[in-house]
Amino acid sequence: MIQPQSVGIVAPLTAHFSEALKLRSGGVLPEYDLVYETYGELNAARSNAVLVCHALSGSHHVAGCYADDPANVGWWDNLVGPGKPLDTERFFVIGVNNLGGCHGTTGPRSINPASGRCWGADFPFVTVEDWVEAQARLADRLGIERFAAVLGGSLGGMQAISWSLQYPERVANVLAVASAPKLTAQNIAFNEVARQAILSDPDFHGGHFYEHGVVPARGLKLARMIGHITYLSDDSLGEKFGRSLRHGKAVYSYDVEFEIESYLRYQGDKFAGHFDANTYLLTTKALDYFDPSFEHGGNLAAALARSSADFLVVSFSTDWRFAPERSREIVYALVHNRRNVCYAEIESAAGHDSFLLDDAHYHAVLRNYLARIKV
Amino acid sequence: MAYRYDFDVITQWIQAGERVLDLGCGDGSLLRHLMAQRQIQGYGVENDPDNLLACLEHGINVIQVDLEKGLAGFEDGFFDHVVMSLSLQAIHNTQGILAEMLRVGHEAVVSFPNFGYWRHRQSILNGRMPVSESLPHQWFNTPNVRFFTIADFEALCEFNGIAVRERLAFDDGKRIDEEPNFLASVAVYRLGRQL
Repeated sequence: MIQPQSVGIVAPLTAHFSEALKLRSGGVLPEYDLVYETYGELNAARSNAVLVCHALSGSHHVAGCYADDPANVGWWDNLVGPGKPLDTERFFVIGVNNLGGCHGTTGPRSINPASGRCWGADFPFVTVEDWVEAQARLADRLGIERFAAVLGGSLGGMQAISWSLQYPERVANVLAVASAPKLTAQNIAFNEVARQAILSDPDFHGGHFYEHGVVPARGLKLARMIGHITYLSDDSLGEKFGRSLRHGKAVYSYDVEFEIESYLRYQGDKFAGHFDANTYLLTTKALDYFDPSFEHGGNLAAALARSSADFLVVSFSTDWRFAPERSREIVYALVHNRRNVCYAEIESAAGHDSFLLDDAHYHAVLRNYLARIKV
Repeated sequence: MAYRYDFDVITQWIQAGERVLDLGCGDGSLLRHLMAQRQIQGYGVENDPDNLLACLEHGINVIQVDLEKGLAGFEDGFFDHVVMSLSLQAIHNTQGILAEMLRVGHEAVVSFPNFGYWRHRQSILNGRMPVSESLPHQWFNTPNVRFFTIADFEALCEFNGIAVRERLAFDDGKRIDEEPNFLASVAVYRLGRQL
């Protein structure tokens, strides 16, 4: 059923780009498709466009649902819609599936024109900067010179930040939620465990598992399980599952006993059933590589000097994967550059995943900031 | 929050185009006043969710910080003025925040309710904690945690090597030059680092 304030039935669109895209890794994509969705109307001045960038497991399907699959509701539907904080009656909102993805945009599952077979492990490394480049070409195609805002959570926030550095004149506002200017060693370490789970799965076949008619589901499941733990907080897991036992007492088995085990296995299986292992590998690497301060000797303030956008930075108190400290680094680097910046640290028990929830204060912060944006 | 007369004093100490940090900026009304009167570049610090929302609504650069944890992150000497209007009495770490204000700012501007005001003294003599325009809360729900007078504050400045560059005291919006510790309900200070 379509909820009130929903954008309703939506349909993905595909834009084909036949001009090669040179990637940071040195690789080249000779041509590619980007799958995207839009909500609301682009105004006559073309000044009300907002780009929503997705994180690791997201996609172009930000809001609404599909006519043939009404249960498939967009991943940020609680935020985007008529009358919602990102109000589609004011803004023209775009969601894009990033290159290397597995939701229709050209990625490892696509055919490599050079070989006629699936790219698989041969798909070139893509970075946050490459994604922004591809998104900019889509913006050109849609006739959008300047975004009223680029918005994203987690890895999506990194893209929003990168937009303001790669195309400072094309972004009026950056909203970086539960994000970071770069990953810490601990954060990269979690990604590496996830990758090793996939890479060591016998069904991975060096990334060319498609030809063997299998998927490295065990590796992908483990990767998701470890990731999922880090997206939640100790408190939220404790509150949700505690030490609840399925059989009410220990039965001394490696099958599911504690409810948390059941939950993790379910989440892992669900994810492994639809997500692409190569996309997971590529995306975690893109996360690890992102560090705009690298070319400035680690000086984030020097890196952000290029940006001219106004910023809203938001973090969550129990997010230990993208901790408030990381968001504060962004804030103080912007203050150093005398940029307009607002920063909210939301009290939330739900860890990193808080950014996807519809906590009233969190949404009010986004609503009030977005309402100030002139279009 | 209604227009407050300490705003006028603070405004006269701020030059056009300054960088100003307002600690406990509330709904951002002082910053808006200074932006309109002095074209400052202002940042506000708040930790109350509702005040934060009000600042966002008004387009104020508001940064959520718990002032008890200091101002780590702001650079030394970055601001021309760091202002704290009627909030010092609500902070536990009095000495820490004063030191931080003078670390990140060239000057600090501080205003606070004077607990030594004669009506407050009279109230205590009559056996009740003072409640007044400058101390609007009851003892059981006040956000204030430090209770000090003009004389107490100046002794602390002396003790901590803080230079009092200027002091203006008021009772109900009227300037008080004689016996301010007795006759003024609110004091506003311009502070610097002792050379």
